[in-house]
Amino acid sequence: MREGAFSKHASRFVMYAFLIFVSLMSVFPLYWAFISAFNNTQQILGGRMIPSTHLIENLTNLFAQQDVWRAMKNSFATSLLQVVLSLAVSSIAGYGFEIYHDKYKDGVMSVIMLAMMVPFVAVLVPLFQLFSKLGLLNSWIGFFLPSLATPFLIMYFRNSARSFPKDTIEAARIDGLNEFQIFVKMFVPMMKPTYASAATITFMNAWNSYLWPKVIMQTSEATTMPMLVSNLMAGYVIDYGVVMAGVTLCSLPTIIIFFLLQKSFTNAVAGAVK
Amino acid sequence: MTQATPASKKKRFWTMERKQSAAGWCFLTPAALLIVIFSFWPMIQAFLTSLKRGLPTRLTYCEPLWRNYERMLSDKVFIQSVTNTFTYLIIQVPIMLVLAIIFASLLNNKDLKFRGLFRTCIFLPCATGLVAYSMIFRTLFTYDGMVNAVLLGSGILSEPINWLNEPFYAKVVIIIGLIWRWTGYNMVFFLSGMQGIEYSIYEAARIDGANQFQQLTKITIPLLRPIILVTSIMSINGTLQLFDESVNLTRGGPANMTITMSHYIYNTMFTKNPNFGYAAAMSFVILIMVAVLSAIQMKVGDKR
Repeated sequence: MREGAFSKHASRFVMYAFLIFVSLMSVFPLYWAFISAFNNTQQILGGRMIPSTHLIENLTNLFAQQDVWRAMKNSFATSLLQVVLSLAVSSIAGYGFEIYHDKYKDGVMSVIMLAMMVPFVAVLVPLFQLFSKLGLLNSWIGFFLPSLATPFLIMYFRNSARSFPKDTIEAARIDGLNEFQIFVKMFVPMMKPTYASAATITFMNAWNSYLWPKVIMQTSEATTMPMLVSNLMAGYVIDYGVVMAGVTLCSLPTIIIFFLLQKSFTNAVAGAVK
Repeated sequence: MTQATPASKKKRFWTMERKQSAAGWCFLTPAALLIVIFSFWPMIQAFLTSLKRGLPTRLTYCEPLWRNYERMLSDKVFIQSVTNTFTYLIIQVPIMLVLAIIFASLLNNKDLKFRGLFRTCIFLPCATGLVAYSMIFRTLFTYDGMVNAVLLGSGILSEPINWLNEPFYAKVVIIIGLIWRWTGYNMVFFLSGMQGIEYSIYEAARIDGANQFQQLTKITIPLLRPIILVTSIMSINGTLQLFDESVNLTRGGPANMTITMSHYIYNTMFTKNPNFGYAAAMSFVILIMVAVLSAIQMKVGDKR
């Protein structure tokens, strides 16, 4: 009996030790990047684990080398526009697919779901040709247009519309609201948590997107934050303090959102399988 | 049937149901059109372009039509990029999914202390951008960087490893990076799936003398099969499109030994002599790979 209790304690100790180890490994690279923004190249390469006093110097050098404000403006503008517009387009579509569903709409939905399987690189060449023809290179519209309607978001809103009570719709119709008013005045306010989740994940994807911006945002005026960070290691002599300051600035918005809206973000991630 | 006047015919046509159905069509059409324009139409265009050659402004059909596809078979860099991508896929995806299931089953224990803290920590890498984490890993693993300093200092290594400039180690770094970035993401799926499993099933199993490992393999994994299917399809899909890490972490180097298919396609599109036809052909091959692998997965997932 005592032996059993002992092995139980031992296995519990192993489990906590393992989880602590895994947690530390998960957090370490980010922690290290953040504190490294306070250190100079020598300290960073030497493996200093605590912040030093070089933050101001690193930031000054970073802002001198790169137009960080412009990249921030581009990243925030494109990401926020993408969030607002894609939520609008995708949520009303998801609502339409669910509330008014019939066999034709369900058919269209299954076709749309197939688009989930289309890798973005597979449409890169024609999209680039199309956007150059339309004169949308280096524009904010060009950045977000291809990912405005995503099968994931449509499916996410379609699933959440399933829980939208039919009585509410009927009552609203009797009150004389038209179909669009029901969506705007009843569905949207009721589904705030769903919108929050969809907004967090869309913002993170937009903020971090790299391949498409790299393809169409070709001038330095159109650079976004991930592209700016990527450029920091282009030279022969690399100032790792500056690189880490850039990485930190680029990561801060998504990390802040992660901590403030973790539940929303988790729900959105898990929402893909529900 | 009596003859109806056009007006009443029209009235009868627009019944309540039809009006509502039409409203539904209006709501879903913008999104559906966007998906057709930016996914399906370019997919067809990509195939047509893949049969063409020449400068981006003067594309003409190849002779024979499949010339670009033929070229791939003798293109050493392309073959290398396929080998690299599949190496990442075969090694990284299983390790990551197994780790994610283990973490999730440990965190699914209601008596666990600091459960939320552990979950937040393991999930945190997901909040990092792919470029940002590639830069962090590049700095950590650089020749005179921190990882070598720690390994040398603790006596694990007697000589520094040239992580980013030796093909084998460069691949190892990419795989470590991918596992770090995506394990927590997949864990969230498994956790949410496990919350749907009745706790009483585990209690019954425990009374029957099943240990933790048996509970995992006999109860959790079979019940999570649909989620395992979804996560593995997503992971395969994502790995086949790997780009950011190849570009920023290893630059595809040394000598294209870590380049991914997407990275090579990008290079083909944006060099001094861009070849859109060939790039489109390679991208179409990725499309087919994703389709075939997903179909196999779904077949296998269904049968069991």
